[in-house]
Parts: sequence; C-alpha cells; structure tokens
Amino acid sequence: MKFTKDHEWVRVEGAEAFVGISLYAANALGDVVFVELPEMGKTVKQGDAFAVVESVKAASDVYAPVSGEVVAVNDDLPNAPETINAVPEAGGWIAKIKLSDLSELDGLMDQVAYDAYLDTL
Amino acid sequence: MSEEILKSTPLEDRHIALGARMVPFAGYNMPVQYEGVLAEHKWTRASAGLFDVSHMGQARITGEGAIATLEALTPTDFAALKAGRQKYALLLAEDGGILDDWMVSRPEAEGFFLVVNAACKDQDFEIIADAIADDENGPPDELEDVEFEVLTERALLALQGPKAKDVMRELCPAACDMYFMDCGTFELLGETAFISRSGYTGEDGFEISFPAERVGDLWDELLSSPLVKPIGLGARDSLRLEAGMPLYGHEMDAGYTLVEANLGFAMQKSRLERGDIRGIDRIRAQLGGDLARVRVAIRVLAGPPAREGAKILDGDGEELGVVTSGVPSPSLGVSIAMGYVPPAFSAIGTAVQLEVRGKPYAAEIVSLPFVANGYHRQPKS
Repeated sequence: MKFTKDHEWVRVEGAEAFVGISLYAANALGDVVFVELPEMGKTVKQGDAFAVVESVKAASDVYAPVSGEVVAVNDDLPNAPETINAVPEAGGWIAKIKLSDLSELDGLMDQVAYDAYLDTL
Repeated sequence: MSEEILKSTPLEDRHIALGARMVPFAGYNMPVQYEGVLAEHKWTRASAGLFDVSHMGQARITGEGAIATLEALTPTDFAALKAGRQKYALLLAEDGGILDDWMVSRPEAEGFFLVVNAACKDQDFEIIADAIADDENGPPDELEDVEFEVLTERALLALQGPKAKDVMRELCPAACDMYFMDCGTFELLGETAFISRSGYTGEDGFEISFPAERVGDLWDELLSSPLVKPIGLGARDSLRLEAGMPLYGHEMDAGYTLVEANLGFAMQKSRLERGDIRGIDRIRAQLGGDLARVRVAIRVLAGPPAREGAKILDGDGEELGVVTSGVPSPSLGVSIAMGYVPPAFSAIGTAVQLEVRGKPYAAEIVSLPFVANGYHRQPKS
C-alpha cells in the first residue's frame, strides 16, 4: 500500500488500484456522514479533487492519488459512510482507478515513509 | 505573520487530558470534540452532556439605573422581568442591526446577570460602559446609580440533556425546583453558584456560573456521574441547529435586524409601543411588510449537507439567498440548514434548492425547531 501527503492510500492490483483515505485522515475527519463518489468512467489526473467525504462539521475533498479512469466505485459507502471510519484502508475504499501512468506510484510513500511523515505533523 | 496567542479557560488541561481535539474558537483554545461529534450529540440528546462555556463573557449590572441601561441597548422590557427569571435579549446597534445576543438573568430582586458571546464580549462591555457614562443615552438621574462589573473570575458550565436533572439533584437539589428560564443563586460544593435552567441545545438543562478557581472540582464532580460525558463545540453547534437556535456570526450580525432574523419574541410589545428602541423606524417598517429577507429553516430532501455559504435557489435556479448554518442532523439523519430568503419563499412547505459544489439539490422550507425541545416548562395553571 502507498500513501500521499494528502492522506490518500493506493493498493495496486495489476493495472488497477483501489484508493481511499488513510486511517489518519479518517480519524482526523471524525464521523463520516456523507460520501460523494466519483462518476464511473471519469478520467482523473493525479491530484484532482475526485471525491468528497463529509463529517458533521465539514466537507473534505479527496484527491486522486494516481491518474487514470475510474472503473469502479464503492456503492456501499453512500448508505454506510461510517465504513470509512471503521475500515478506511480496506472496506472503506472509495474507487478503483485503471492506472494510466505506473511511474506515478514511485512518487508515493510506502507505509514506513508515511508513518515517518505522520510523525512530522 | 505572528501566531495567534490563544486564551485558555480554567479547564484547558482537563480537556487535553480527556483527549479532546482542541481548536481556536473566539480567541480561546477550545475542545471541538472528545470521542466524536456524532456520539457526543446523541449522548446529549439521550443522557447529559457537560460543556465548558467559560470563554463566554459574564457581567453584572446592578443599581437603580440597571433597567434603564439595559433597555437603552436592547428591545427587552426588563422592568417586567421578575426576580428568578431569565430572558433572551439582543444588543442592538443604533440602526437596529444585531450586535450580539445575550442571556440575561435576574437572580435576585436587584441586579442583572449577563452571559454574552465570547467573540463579542469586549465590544459589548465597552458599549455597556459607554451607555452608563453617556448621559445623553437616557435620563441622567436614572443612569446615575448603576454598577457594572465584568465577572472575569467566574467560569461557566452547561449541563444539558434529559438526565441533567438527575445529576443536578445529587449536587444541588434546590436547583431542580426551577423551571425553564428560571434562575437563582445556590450553594454548590460550598461555593456560590448562579444557576439557570436553560442552555443552547434544546434540551432540559442548567447553566452554572461558578468561581473559576474551583470550576475544576465541579467539572470533575459532574463527570464522575455515569450519566455525564464531556461534549465539545462541534456537537454544541449541531445540537443548537437542530433546536433551531440562531448563532451570532451566522444567523445574526450587524447586517440583520431582529425582524429579518425572525427573533421578534426578543422584543416586547410594551417596548415597541413606547418606541424607545434603537433602529425603531427600520424595525417598524419591516414589521409593516417592508422586508427583503427572513430567516427560515430548510430540510434537504436528498443530497449532501449544505454548509454555510451555500446558495438557496428557487425551482428555476434563481438565487434567493444564502445558507447561514448547515449540518447533517445526527438526530434526523438528513441535512438541515438555516438561511435567508425573501418572505414570499418563507412559507412552510415551499420547495427550494440548495447548491452544493455547483449542483442543485431539492430541499424545502420547514418549521422550527427541527427537533422538538425537551424544556422543563412550568405547568400552565
């Protein structure tokens, strides 16, 4: 699993990747009560705001950690947004993106680097 | 850029020890949440939530001229406020705009006890001091005997929720004899406490003004009850919004009058008849129908929460006004909001749309409060 500085995660499976928000982000956000998923088939660029997660207090953009086409979205989330708090780095995935540029992964942090980054915050 | 120096309440260390997430609020380092806004909100609606509201301003006005001083600044009939009762009052600018909202208690036959918003307190206290000093604001004789004291040595707690009375009965049984908007002076943990049966959550509950140096003991004592949990500002906001209560800086500011803000109940008929109210001509004109906008409650039928600043649109997409507060309601499971629209669109049931991230979502004007209040009212005889 790899992470961005904006606290998204990516888990690559072949040419596709599941993406979501990290445990740190889920905790910082608090109770998620609404999720706006990206549209299926949409092409996103790394760094684009492509989804929104909302807590009672605030709305937060989720930025695409990689570029590519949205090939699946987690349809369970609109009805059970709390899944993001419960299992943000597994069942709380937001979308699956077909990668258009594998080299982007090299710019992301692995778990050790991400944990070290969190220590600096 | 210099970093803002935040002030602390006497309970800051306790909030941090309880794991609160602290945020800057009105110049203070305040707890926004402990275990989470949703859980805290629901706990307050079901049991009893304890809020540190010591950042708010507290003051006392006593003496023969106290009523004249307060009436020079607000549209409230303070002469009619009985000892042991409390009123919601609005501090008005010369043009009738709202400068702050206050809770004013009359815990004994003479003297008024004020609780004012943290962000407004310096301004408010200056205005009160000026009114007392300025003989032109009222008959000099009436204003000569006024004592105004800012109570910096007192902290303020709010215990809110249906079980607040069960907790209070153990500590200060006499306070449980009060009804909604009653107030009094009580002995609590060996100290003098000014307690009112009110709050800002829509629930039954108490606000307790207590010596700052002992408030830690009271906080600990209240939290020792299994019925009580500490609640942060996050849930305080969602609770007051469900209760339909306007918040200064959101639904109210100097740009709005009490007519627009739908707070006519804060102006007594006797004062309107006397006409000695700041901005009276504007207020009368608006009451007569010359009103461009009015505060309404809005329920989102389906879609994301509409936050402060979201546009309110009519069915054709024309902009009607703006959302002043919005939140996904933890009690109702839908998103709710307050905002301003022209009076023609303010009727209950009017279909509107709220724009979130550029997209319109169906909503409707509903009645306030969103969630029925649980006040302990005096039975009607």
